[in-house]
Amino acid sequence: MAEIDESQTQREAIEVDRSKGDFKYEENYAFDAGVGLSPSVVDYISKVKGEEPWILEFRQKALKTFESLPMPTHWATTDLENIHFDKIRYYLSKGQKPVRTWEEVPDDVKATFERLGIPESERKFLAGVEAQFDSEAVYSRMKEELEKQGVLFCGPTDGLRDHPEIFRRWFGKVIPVGDNKFAALNSAVFSGGSFIYIPKGVKVAQPLQAYFRINAENFGQFERTLIIADEGAEVTYMEGCTAPKFETATLHSAVVELVALKGAKIQYITVQNWSANVFNLVTKRGVAEEGAEVRWIDCNIGSRLTMKYPGVVLRGKGARGEVLSIALANDGQHQDTGAKMIHAADDTTSNIIAKSISVGTGRSTYRGLVHIPKTLKNCRNNTECDALLINEHSRTDTYPAISVRGQKNSVQHEASVSKVSAEQIFYMMQRGLSEGEAMSLAVNGFVNDLVKEFPMEYSVELKRLIELQMEGSVG
Amino acid sequence: MSDSFVIKNLNASIGDREILKDFSLTIPKGEVHAIMGPNGTGKSTLAKVLAGHPDYAVQSGEALLDGQELLGLEPDVIARAGLFLAFQYPSEIPGVTIANFIRAAIVARQAKGAPFDAKAYYAELYAKMDALKMDRTFTARFVNEGFSGGEKKRCEILQLMMLKPKYAVLDETDSGLDIDALRIVSEGVNRMRGPETGFLVITHYQRLLEYIVPDRVHIMWDGRIVHSGGKELALELEAKGYDWVKTELASA
Ligand SMILES: Nc1ncnc2c1ncn2[C@@H]1O[C@H](COP(=O)(O)OP(=O)(O)OP(=O)(O)O)[C@@H](O)[C@H]1O
Ligand SMILES: [Mg+2]
Repeated sequence: MAEIDESQTQREAIEVDRSKGDFKYEENYAFDAGVGLSPSVVDYISKVKGEEPWILEFRQKALKTFESLPMPTHWATTDLENIHFDKIRYYLSKGQKPVRTWEEVPDDVKATFERLGIPESERKFLAGVEAQFDSEAVYSRMKEELEKQGVLFCGPTDGLRDHPEIFRRWFGKVIPVGDNKFAALNSAVFSGGSFIYIPKGVKVAQPLQAYFRINAENFGQFERTLIIADEGAEVTYMEGCTAPKFETATLHSAVVELVALKGAKIQYITVQNWSANVFNLVTKRGVAEEGAEVRWIDCNIGSRLTMKYPGVVLRGKGARGEVLSIALANDGQHQDTGAKMIHAADDTTSNIIAKSISVGTGRSTYRGLVHIPKTLKNCRNNTECDALLINEHSRTDTYPAISVRGQKNSVQHEASVSKVSAEQIFYMMQRGLSEGEAMSLAVNGFVNDLVKEFPMEYSVELKRLIELQMEGSVG
Repeated sequence: MSDSFVIKNLNASIGDREILKDFSLTIPKGEVHAIMGPNGTGKSTLAKVLAGHPDYAVQSGEALLDGQELLGLEPDVIARAGLFLAFQYPSEIPGVTIANFIRAAIVARQAKGAPFDAKAYYAELYAKMDALKMDRTFTARFVNEGFSGGEKKRCEILQLMMLKPKYAVLDETDSGLDIDALRIVSEGVNRMRGPETGFLVITHYQRLLEYIVPDRVHIMWDGRIVHSGGKELALELEAKGYDWVKTELASA
C-alpha cells in the first residue's frame, strides 16, 4: 500500500482516441490505496478523507459484511467469479478538492472532460455539474440561485461532515449495508458521488448532473449518492459514465439512495457507456413517501456485465414509482437488469417498462420484482418488457417475479420478443443505408416510444451511442 | 452502354434451385420496360438478385448500371449507385417513421457530415405525398406497420419519388391498389419518366400498362425472357393467356 504522497507530477501523454470515451491520460495520483482490499485500505481511505470515527466504523463493519456475503452466483452469472478483488485498486485521487471554476481543474483532467463535452453541456442546460475522476470529484458547481434557496449539492465526505443533520439520517437506510455483497463493498470503500438535498417546496427546473469517469486500469469506482427531496420538492438528476477500453477488468460499484418525502418528485437518469471490460454492479433504490414520485430512467449501454435493478419502496399512500430502462448487450456483453417495486401503502402505483437489445453474442436478462401484500388495497402495477434480438446468436431471458395478493390490487404484465429480420435489414439497405445504419435505425425504432420520455439532450445522446454501438457491431 | 441498364446471361439460384437461367435484358435510360409472366417464373427473384439480396447466389452473368457492375456489391452500395426496388412485399420497420426513414436514406446519399436541409426536405416530402394523395399524418406513421396493401405500395412510390434513382424496378406495384390508387400511383411514376430514368415494371395485368405505357413488353418464362414486343403484347397476353407462349416454346 502506498504512503500518502503529497508530491504530484504533472506529465502529459495522450493515448488512443477511437471513440468518444475511449482515451486515457497518464496516471499520476497523489493518493493511492494500492492494490487489494483489507482493513488498512479502508483506514487509508477514511484517513485521506479526514472522516469522523463513526464513518470509519461504518466502513470497517461493511468490510466484514462484504467478506461474509457470498457472490450471488446461485442466481446470477458465474462471470462474477472473474472479479479479482485482490487485484483491484480501491482509491486513487490527485488530492485536490473539487474546484468551482473550470479554469482551476488540472489540465489533463480538464482535457478529459472537455473531450466528453463537459462543461459545454453545463452552459446549455444544467443547473449544476459535478465531475468525478476516478475516486474524487474534481469539479463541482451549481447555479447561485439554487444555493440561495438552500439546495445542497456536494460529495458524501462533505455532506456527512457539513450537514450530518440532513444526510446522516438517511445514509445507508434505503439500502442497508447487507443488502447485497456489492452494496457492502461500496459501503466499505465508497468515495465520490453526490449528496443532494432539495429543501421543502423547491422545484429545481433544470437537471443536476454528475459525470463519472474511470481513467485508471484495474480500478474500482465506488461512488455513493444520496438524494433527498424534502416535502413538495422536485429534482432531476442525471449521471453519465465512461471509461477507456482497458485490457483488464475494471469495477464500477455504486450505491444510490433516493428519498422523496411527502409530495416530492425525484427523477434519476442514467446514460452509461462503459467499455467492454467494466463490471458494472450497482444498487439503486428510492423511497417514496405519501404522494411522492420516484422515477428511474436507466440506459445501460456497454460494460462486460451490468447487474442493476433500480427499485422503489412505495411507503406512503398514493406514492408512485417508475422504472424506464433500456439495455443494449453487444457481442460478448451481458446486461442483467430489471426493476423492483415494493408496495407498502394503499393506493400506490408502479410502472416498469424495460426494453433490451441483444446483438451478436450479447445477452440480456430482465429480472423484475413486484410485491404487493394482501393487506393493501388499490395498488396497481404495470410491467412491460420487450426484447429485440439482432441475430440468432443473441439471447434474452425474462424473470418477472410478481407477487400480488389481496382482492383490490391489480397487475398487468406484458412481454414480447422480436427480431430484426434479414428481410428488414435488406429492405433498409435497399434504400441506401449501410448495415450498421439499418440496424441502429431498427434499434432506435424499438426504443423510440420510451426515449420520448427522456429529456431532449439525453435522447440525442442515447441515439448517438446506439449508432456507435451498431456501427461497431458489423464487420 | 454507359446510359443503359444491361443484364447479360444472368444465372442465379437459391439453395440448389436454379431460378434465373441465362437471363438477358437491356433497358436504355429513359425507357419503360414491362415484364409479365406466370407465377413463379422468377420475376421477383430477378429484382432481388439485381438489388444484391444475400439469399441468392449468382453463378454467372453481368448487370451493368450505366456501365457499373452491380453483381457482388452490397445492397446499400447498389442502392446508392442508383437502383431502386419497389418491393412486391415491403417490410415493416416498427418504431421508425416514414419521415425519418426517407430522411436517413437521403442522408446516406450525402457526403459525411454534410448539412441536411430539413425545411426543404419536408416541403418536398409533403408535395410528393400530396401528389400521391397520401394523408400528411402518414409521415409520423411507422414504415409499413399496419398499412393496408395499397398504402404500402403508395409508400414505396413515395420513396421512389424522394430518392430519384437512375433505374427503378417496380415489382407488382399495382397489386393491392384500388382503381383510383392505381391511377394516382401511375401518375406519380409517369411524372418521373424522362431521359434520366429507366423503369422495369413487373406486372400481371395489362391495366397498369394502360396508365404507365411501356416502351417494351417482355414475357418471362422459366427464368428468362422468351418473347418481347411493343405495348400491344400486353393486350395480346390479356386476351390469350400464357398457353400460346408454352406452345411456341415447345415448338421452338
Ligand atoms: N427462399 C426460397 N426458397 C426456395 N424457393 C424459392 C425461394 N424464393 C423463391 N423461390 C422459388 O423461386 C421461384 C421464383 O420465385 P419468384 O418470387 O421470383 O417468382 P415470381 O415470378 O415473382 O412470381 P409471382 O408472379 O408469383 O410474384 C418460385 O418457384 C419460388 O417458389
Ligand atoms: Mg413476384
